[in-house]
Amino acid sequence: MLNLFHQFLWAFVDVKRVLNLPFDEPTAWLIATVMLLLILASAAGKLLDGTSEQRLNTAIVRSFNQRIRSWWLMSAVLIAGLFIGEHGTVVLFGLIGFWALREFITMTPTRRSDHRTLFWVLVVFTPLQFFLVAIQGELFLIAIPIYASLFIPARIAMANDAKRFLERSAKIQIGLLICVYALSFAPAILYLDLGSNKQPNVEIDAPVTIESAANEAAQRTSWSHVKDSDGNDINRNKGLLFFFVLITQLNDVLQYAWGKLLGKNIIAPRINTSRTWEGVIGGAATSALLGALFSWVTPFLFWQAAIMAIVISFMGFAGGMTMSAIKRDRGVKDYGTLVQGHAGILDRIDSLCFAAPVFYHLTKVFFAI
Amino acid sequence: MQLTSTLLVATAKIISGYTIRWVDCLPDTCQRIYFANHTSHLDALVLWASLPREIRELTRPVAAKDYWEKGWLRRHIAKTFNALLIDRNEVKVHQSPIDLMIREMKDCYSLIIFPEGRRNPAEEMIKFKSGLFYLAKKRPDLELVPVYLDNMSRVLPRGEILPVPLLSHITIGAPIWLEKGETKHQFLDRARTAIINLKDC
Repeated sequence: MLNLFHQFLWAFVDVKRVLNLPFDEPTAWLIATVMLLLILASAAGKLLDGTSEQRLNTAIVRSFNQRIRSWWLMSAVLIAGLFIGEHGTVVLFGLIGFWALREFITMTPTRRSDHRTLFWVLVVFTPLQFFLVAIQGELFLIAIPIYASLFIPARIAMANDAKRFLERSAKIQIGLLICVYALSFAPAILYLDLGSNKQPNVEIDAPVTIESAANEAAQRTSWSHVKDSDGNDINRNKGLLFFFVLITQLNDVLQYAWGKLLGKNIIAPRINTSRTWEGVIGGAATSALLGALFSWVTPFLFWQAAIMAIVISFMGFAGGMTMSAIKRDRGVKDYGTLVQGHAGILDRIDSLCFAAPVFYHLTKVFFAI
Repeated sequence: MQLTSTLLVATAKIISGYTIRWVDCLPDTCQRIYFANHTSHLDALVLWASLPREIRELTRPVAAKDYWEKGWLRRHIAKTFNALLIDRNEVKVHQSPIDLMIREMKDCYSLIIFPEGRRNPAEEMIKFKSGLFYLAKKRPDLELVPVYLDNMSRVLPRGEILPVPLLSHITIGAPIWLEKGETKHQFLDRARTAIINLKDC
């Protein structure tokens, strides 16, 4: 597919050399595709907004437009991340996780005596987790599930208030686990050193010299790091992270669309009336197709990318269901409407949070070198 | 001065993540008394910071002198947001706080007051002090605007020093005035209900 594009690409490649973009060519193409899709979607949203009164459900159009707005924001974050480097991306995800946890705790009733525990969770553990991701140790895997999970009940106990102790501990732990810990696996993808079954990419390989020929054996095995024509290191995992976020978000929409089109069998009517088996299966199938279609930006073969997309799809569904259950329990529909005027970040990233750890680990187990 | 004021607004926004909603009331520079429920030391700062800039510059929070004159930082903050400090311990007949407020309002300033008189951690608001009534009586031209501050008690509850940066919400409702023949008790009750009604709208 890339070779096909390549015929038309000469002008673009020249521009890329002049600008010295901090990502490789497949990533550049992926971004271009996403931008085009977003522009088309925005135009469609504007059009629908005009005609919605008569023919379409206004609420659906509004939520569609809201979604597009948050996608613009999300791509802006990701693209900004491509330019400011891996650590910058981690910081941006850290801010998203912080905001999500803020929404989560705002919605969850806590007692006055939880105040200092909440301070620790929001002001200490949240930044610490993303710091641990950035320094690339193993500690980020256990900091929250072990240390924070033990710390939280102990700190609550010290506050001298036994009322609903277990419930309060669990609420804070689950919030930290989903909004911060799980989400932090997304930027952690950037630090993996991945290999690939694919042939090394011809366009990006440095010109063959004696020195590079000597390094070739080592070079060939690493998919993640390549050198551009000027010898600068390029991290191709940025493209993989983009792929992951893209599939997660598209899957959300696909599940919803399939559910609206064919949905009959609602999975759990008391939790969420718009999630149907038809939606889940249709979403997984189309996501697999899209995953295979975009496999050129990943270290996966097309069938591996399809399987990854199916896993993302099911995990995304699990995330959406879990968050729906929490919202239903609290009697709110969206985190966004909970506090008027807020964007409701948690509504958008619930699927991302659930899919990130699984995607990270599958990639690590099967592709890391 | 401008820098610290910008800094204060930014800090208030980061710590309390407030959003503001005007219900049946529009931002205006006319002279108003914003009266709100009081649960946190941050209330005055956050409500002040959330107002549009041209209104903020003409709005003075009424605050307790004993708290805001303690230490360099608090004094500086109080000066930045142009707080009108009231001595709670020395309320004299010839120097009543109401007269002081009316004098300090001149013909341009609006005030932010907390008629409960002290921070109240409970869900239910306590009975209002009579200050609001006397203000309304002496200056019947003022718009009395009810404000409901939501979730501030969780951001910085009574007795805590470090704030937890949760999300809070400010609802500003339709102004009320003292009706003809209304007693003090009736009026204060109505004012209190005006805030309570904002909770659910």
